[in-house]
Amino acid sequence: MSNVAQDNATNLKIIARDVKVFYGQAEAVKGISMDIAQNEVVAFIGPSGCGKSTFLRCFNRMNDTIEHCRVTGLIEMAGLNIHDPALDVVQLRAQVGMVFQKPNPFPKSIYENIAYGPRLHGLAERKADLDDIVESSLRRAGLWNEVKDRLDQPGTGLSGGQQQRLCIARTIAVSPEVILMDEPCSALDPIATSIIEELIDELKQNFTIVMVTHNMQQAARVSDKTAFFHLGELIEMGPTNELFTNPQNKRTEDYITGRYG
Amino acid sequence: MSNISLMVLLLALMAIAYQVGMVRSRKVATINPGVRMHSRPQHYGMMVGLWAVLPAFFVLLIWAWFAPGVINTMVQASLPAEFATMDGNEIRIIMRRISNLAANFGIVADAADWELVAAEYMKQLQHSSTMLLTALMATLASAGLVISFYKIQPQLRARHQVERVVKVLLVLCSTVAVLTTVGIVLSMVGETMKFFSFIKPSDFFFGTTWNPRFSTTGVGEGSLTGSQGSFGLLPLLSGTMLVALIALVVAIPLGLMVAIYLSEYAPAKFRATAKPVIEVLAGIPTIVYGFFALVTVGPFLTDFGAMLGLTIRATSALTAGIVMGIMIIPFISSLTDDIITQVPKTMRDGSLGLGATKSETIIKVVLPAALPGIVGAVLLAASRAIGETMIVVLAAGNSPALTANPFEAVSTVTVTIVNQLTGDNDFASPQSLVAFALGLTLFVITLLLNVMALVIVRKYREQYE
Repeated sequence: MSNVAQDNATNLKIIARDVKVFYGQAEAVKGISMDIAQNEVVAFIGPSGCGKSTFLRCFNRMNDTIEHCRVTGLIEMAGLNIHDPALDVVQLRAQVGMVFQKPNPFPKSIYENIAYGPRLHGLAERKADLDDIVESSLRRAGLWNEVKDRLDQPGTGLSGGQQQRLCIARTIAVSPEVILMDEPCSALDPIATSIIEELIDELKQNFTIVMVTHNMQQAARVSDKTAFFHLGELIEMGPTNELFTNPQNKRTEDYITGRYG
Repeated sequence: MSNISLMVLLLALMAIAYQVGMVRSRKVATINPGVRMHSRPQHYGMMVGLWAVLPAFFVLLIWAWFAPGVINTMVQASLPAEFATMDGNEIRIIMRRISNLAANFGIVADAADWELVAAEYMKQLQHSSTMLLTALMATLASAGLVISFYKIQPQLRARHQVERVVKVLLVLCSTVAVLTTVGIVLSMVGETMKFFSFIKPSDFFFGTTWNPRFSTTGVGEGSLTGSQGSFGLLPLLSGTMLVALIALVVAIPLGLMVAIYLSEYAPAKFRATAKPVIEVLAGIPTIVYGFFALVTVGPFLTDFGAMLGLTIRATSALTAGIVMGIMIIPFISSLTDDIITQVPKTMRDGSLGLGATKSETIIKVVLPAALPGIVGAVLLAASRAIGETMIVVLAAGNSPALTANPFEAVSTVTVTIVNQLTGDNDFASPQSLVAFALGLTLFVITLLLNVMALVIVRKYREQYE
């Protein structure tokens, strides 16, 4: 256990200290510190380009895939420094799942989409185990009843909302501890959005969820805590109710009352 | 005046008419203040230009098409009566002499009196024909110019007229390309039919011996050098397929690796330089590959084979195949690279986000997503390999034997076409005509491959757009 984690004897899942992200010379995230507890749903809000997605992508080191992108500062995931050279990024990403802005099912069958992760990580020894994982993941993503008869059909043939739930199921199938969601509903219609929101509510019993959203009503509906970002800085973070009803910072207030952004 | 100078004049006239029309339309616009002109000045200018030039141009075309025939008939009719009974060939020879005399190509000393008279008459006719044409064109051009000039009004839809002409022009251009293909096929079909009147199609398509012998006109039937050679396609086809197969075995792995490295691993700067450099491979003349194979690769393979205790001929299917494989690497690598780059980044992120390594992501997600496109690229490369000529002419050994041994010399369809059409063959003999049958066969094979490739590539495109 690291020092920071010992200081916070509570069940903290993610700890970030003075995290900075640079794209070449430009500083996109300017020294953010944050604690996220287990089984909490945290929403990141803020105007476009405020660094919230970039910061989110630090948690599973997805920024590594971007050329000229550099991350400094400390991030601990369940007590482990994710930048520790001894820690394999592949294992980190198995622990920290991610759902993207646009549904991105693989051009494979629905079954293969879910089985992809478990196969990689050797989670199922026999075909029957794999079948179980596929079924339970689809059930937990609320998609099983819609697709159980056509598991061999391509995942790209589903509707947008179904595709996004397929991607969530695919993430769950690897049994992560944390799920990152980068504007998961921005490409979906209101009905598909409300289904995903209900799903997030159920998932938080088992997972810690961090989501970026542009939709403040969504943040208010589904999150326990909300963090407001502006120009690469964390302006304010607190319980969602308090942040929306009684913001401490002027900029937060301006943003949530729709004065800009 | 010759037709060429008439055309140059027309072009000059068009430029002038264009300016005139533009100036006129501006003037009309100022005369009618408050009325918006329907089209832009350059449309009015173009319209005047087209009206001045196009009718005259059509007359020129029609004239150039019919006038020589009419003149010939008239000259022929003026010849002394005894020539009327001659058959077509003799008349044609006489007419050729006369027209040469008329154009001052002939030697006057050899010419008979009546020929000189006829040539003089022809000269006269040609002269008046040109005068008539020039006058007609001048009338039409000036009429077109003047009428369209006075038609320029704010409500005149000049743009529509110009656009219609441009559209017709575009259609004509695309028709040229299509008609050329059709013409090539038809000309080959005609000759192929002639060939099949000598040789049964079943003997050609399923024959296992290629031995066309020599063709010499006037040799009796049954003689060794007569028309009865063996025209079996199979040895040639097997040679073609063997060489193409070796080429693909060389090119597919290399090309794919190159593409994967360039698209997934190489830094952007390196990719920007390496890709064009690799594409240079496709631009090297194939004859150069041919003697590279003959002089360098062949002897090397022979030595290498001797080391392993294998007998490899310097000119063999293997030599030609390997060099051809190198030639088609860029076809595969460049297309595949484009296709892999087109696979959306979100797809990669999805896989990486699940904890897949980069190589797992490439093998299990990126390549399967790009597979249809890759197959298309391979098929295009294959059709290129099958149609390739110069490398195999030089390096495959030119021995039409039915063999699957890559170390032996083989011959291919393309090489045989070259062999059958060079030298002093009689063009009506099956020995020459077979080249067209071979060409048509090759054309059909590569056409099928191309169609397959296009269908597959198109299907792939629909997935992401």
